[in-house]
Parts: sequence; structure tokens; C-alpha cells
Amino acid sequence: MRSSSRLRKFLRRNLLATTGLLTVVCAVVVGLLAPYLPLADPDVIDTPNRLRRPLTPGHPLGTDEFGRDLLARLVWGGRVSLLAGVATAGAAMLIGVALGIVGGYYTGWIETIVMRVTDVLLAFPFILLAIAIVAGLGPGLRNAMIAIAIVGFPFYTRLVRSVVLSIREREFVEGARALGGSDRVILGRHVLPHLLSPVMVTLSLDVGAKILATAGLSFLGLGTQPPTADWGSMLATGRQFVTLSPHVALLPGLAIFAMVLALNLVGDALRDWLDPRTHTR
Amino acid sequence: MRRYLARRLLQLVPVLLGVSVVIFMVLRLAPGDPAEIMLGSQATKEDLDRLRTELGLTQPVHVQYLLWVSHVVRGDLGRSIWRKRPVLTEVLHHYRATVILTFAALTLSAVGGTTLGVTAAVRPNSLLDRCSAVASLFGASMPVFWLGIVLMVIFALELRWLPASGMFSPYGGGDLGDLLRHLVLPAVTLAAATITIIARLTRSAMLEVLGQDYIRTARAKGLVEWAVVVRHGLKNALVPIITVIGVQTGVLLGGAVLTETVFAWPGVGTLMVQGILARDFPLVQGCVLIIAMTFVLINLAVDLLYAWLDPRIRYA
Repeated sequence: MRSSSRLRKFLRRNLLATTGLLTVVCAVVVGLLAPYLPLADPDVIDTPNRLRRPLTPGHPLGTDEFGRDLLARLVWGGRVSLLAGVATAGAAMLIGVALGIVGGYYTGWIETIVMRVTDVLLAFPFILLAIAIVAGLGPGLRNAMIAIAIVGFPFYTRLVRSVVLSIREREFVEGARALGGSDRVILGRHVLPHLLSPVMVTLSLDVGAKILATAGLSFLGLGTQPPTADWGSMLATGRQFVTLSPHVALLPGLAIFAMVLALNLVGDALRDWLDPRTHTR
Repeated sequence: MRRYLARRLLQLVPVLLGVSVVIFMVLRLAPGDPAEIMLGSQATKEDLDRLRTELGLTQPVHVQYLLWVSHVVRGDLGRSIWRKRPVLTEVLHHYRATVILTFAALTLSAVGGTTLGVTAAVRPNSLLDRCSAVASLFGASMPVFWLGIVLMVIFALELRWLPASGMFSPYGGGDLGDLLRHLVLPAVTLAAATITIIARLTRSAMLEVLGQDYIRTARAKGLVEWAVVVRHGLKNALVPIITVIGVQTGVLLGGAVLTETVFAWPGVGTLMVQGILARDFPLVQGCVLIIAMTFVLINLAVDLLYAWLDPRIRYA
């Protein structure tokens, strides 16, 4: 009985993760193939056909306030949102891991500076600091991505530093040091492999969070600028027509929700797979 | 406790200093002259010079920072270029709305999340427990601004049960009932994700505690179940729960910016976004400063609260 219930749980978990993975793969493939798909031009304005409902002939998901095809804009906007999520999470991870290794491995003033900068950045609500940085740099997708990467790296720094601190004094590191191994060899060959699992798990869950953050900035008018669309900016403009045509705002939001949910399912499964200790009860 | 308080207050100094440096620096990230960015290409040379002098832009950066901090300490956050009023007056005028919204969402999340979490822990794998697991996954994935629009479409535009936006009705409103009616949708929107996070953490903290020997002892001596769960279980699970509530307060403060925009709630978030689009740097700086200070003080309050709850922390 017990083993069958465990099997059911395992299957259910993996079924969800598989669905999530398929959704992510589909979105990436559709995004990559967007130029070759039989889609309307996402930026062509056709005002006589504005705010058409879904399932209108020629516009399966309807049109927006300028008569632009919503399906095409969702696909092209998805490219921007996905790319922004992956790029910002990747950049935050690279900066965070580098600083985390430095802050964890070297003691003294380097560690102090790295950790105090991290502490100060963590003293702000996440999205608030991102908004403040965009305010300084000026609105735009590139600046929004820079802001989110800057705000995101302290989480990785904290995580990596705690792992490095625990490894630094272990016997195999001391052994490598006694054999005359340089810092580069010790960090590259003995420390870095231990970071792979926690960093990959965090990264997989972080891409979804970064898609949400980028969409949030675009929603406020601080990210993607017209006529380029991402899901957040589509949602922001659709909001103005929510009484007339709710689908214009609801569809991009649904796309963000589905994509982040799928990424979180994959991330959860990856965490359980790579680190069974974190299994939730 | 007094020594712990003094230590925590002392630790606050470098954080506040760092926060002030970050706020000062981020608005000077833009390449080029901030005065030109703020006043636009149509500004006259006299206007530009006047603004440069007013903001101290002709001085070296470290002098600018020290000048700015000395003004901030005296409560002078400068003048809003766009609103043409003192920044502090503008920000405080909107701060009340943000505090009301965040506090409402926090209360909803803390009470709702803890109740849900305790109920789920008492009956693990029940229907409610499974629903809460699904809800937490949904809550972490749903854009807060989208949920706001969905709720607005359903409850304000279709069912017409609640107002769609603003803080008070333009005609005949202004009383507490009117405020509460306007508050429901933004507060629920803002609290939705946080409720699920607090519920999941409460559940796992409670499961941990409910497996302890003293719980078995409490049951063995014949205590009724609610007393076992609340007096012996929840009380001992409170430290991690309060920690997550503290962390989530920051999330709520940040999320309030987005929620305020959706519901045209006249808070600091709405003011800040308008300030950014109007390139009004002193106003944006003031808004960020007020929210960041609130967050730092909330973290301090949370630290003090769990030192009070768990004496081991203050003697550590």
C-alpha cells in the first residue's frame, strides 16, 4: 500500500514536470521558428479590424487596439520575454557565482566588501531596486534586463558563499592545498563541481521569476518600448481596453502564467532529483 | 533584550548608509547630464544652470552625496520638478495609501496563510492540503498585475460587486466603508501569492513541531486537540513563520508598486512610476528612500519580535 502510494506520488510529480518541460520546449521551439511560421506580421496596423474577438477568421486569438494579430504578437513577444528571463537569470547567476566564490574562499577585506554590498542590495525590496535602477538608466528592455540582473545576483552570492564556506575547510581541499595546488586549481577542480547542483536548481527556478520581473517592468512602461512587444507590455496596453475586450489583456497574462508555472514545475522536479534532501513532506 | 536592541540598532547604521549610497548612485547611472535628462532637450541654458545649482550637480560626486544626506537627515528631500512641491510632502501624502494597502495585504496573508498552513498540517494529504499545494504553485507563478486585472474583470466589471479602481468613490464617498470596498480587490491581489507561501511554510514548520515528543506528552496528559495544536504546536513553530512573514513584507512592499498601478491606488508606487516617466529624479529618489527605509525598519521589527519569542536568539 505504502509503496504503491509512493509510486503514485512519484508518477504524479513526474507527470507534472513532464507537462512543464513539454510546455517550455514547445514555447522555445515556437519562439525560435517564429520567422518561419505562417503568422501575420506582429507590427502591421489594421485599425478597421481593431479589438476583434478570438476565433475571428484570419485572427485565431483576435486583434489588439491597433488591429494587430494577437497570436503573432504573443509568439514574437514570447521570444522577447523568454530571452529576457534566460539572459537576466544567466547574468545574475554568473556575477553571483563569481562573487560568491571570491567572498567565500578569500577571507579579509575582499570578503567584507563583497558581503556588505550583497547585504545592502538585499536590504531593498527586489522589484523596487530594479525600478530605481531603470529610473537611473532610462526605460527600455536592455536597461530593464541590466537592472534585474543587478538585483538578482546577491541571491546567488549568498548561496554560493555558504557552500564555499562549508567546502573550504574540508579534507580534500586541505589535501589539494598541501599538495601545492594553486587557488585556481582548487577552485576550478574541487570547489566548482560542488556548486553545480545548488546553482542549477536555483537557476531553473529563477528563470521564471526573472520573466515575471521583466514583465512587471514592461507592464509599468519601464521595459520593452513600442512597437516591440513582450508579454508584460502587451498586458499593459490591453489593460486600457479591458472593459471592451478583456482578451487583449488576459491572453498575454495567461501566457506569462503558463510559462512561469511550467518553469517552476521543471525547477521543482530538478531540485528533487538533484537534492533529495529538499523533498517537501 | 535591551542589549540586543542596542546591538541591532548599531548594525542598522552601515545598512542605512549603504542603502543611502545605492539610492544616491542609481539615479546618477544615466550617461550624460542629469539636468538635461530631467528638463529635456527644450530647456534653456538658464533653466539647466538653475537646476544644476539646486541639485548641487556642479560639485564633485562625494560632496553631492554628503550634501544630499545632510538634507535628508533634516527631512529635506528636495523639490519635485514635475509637481513643483517639496518631495517629502508629496511622498508622505501618498505614503498613507501604500501603508494601508500593504498592511491590509499583510494581515490577510499572515492570518490566512497561518490558518491554512496549520489546518493543512493537522490533516496532511487531505483535500485542503492538496489544494493548498496547488495554490502555492499557482501563487508563485501568477503575475500579480495579471491577477489584479482578472479579479477586476470578474468582480468589478462583470458582477459589479466592488469598485474597479481608486481609493475612494469620486462622488459621495470618503468614509471607512467606501475605503474598505475599494481596498478588497487590491489587497486580495497583493496578498494572493504571499498567503500560499506563508501557508506552505507554516505547514512544514507545524509538521516538524507536531512530530516532537512534547506534543505526544501534551496529548497523553489529555489536552484537547486545539490546545495541543495552538498552545504547544503553533507557539513553537512561530519563529520560522514570523521570519517568512518578515521576508514577505518586502515582497508586498515591492508588489504594492505593481498592484497600485493596476488599481490606480494613489500610493507611493504609483507616484514613483509617474515620477520615472516624468524624469523627476528627486521625487523618485524620495519614493525609493521611503519604501526602502520602511523595509529596513520592518526587518528590524521582525528581528526584535523573534528575539522576544525565542530567548536563545538574543543571547546568541
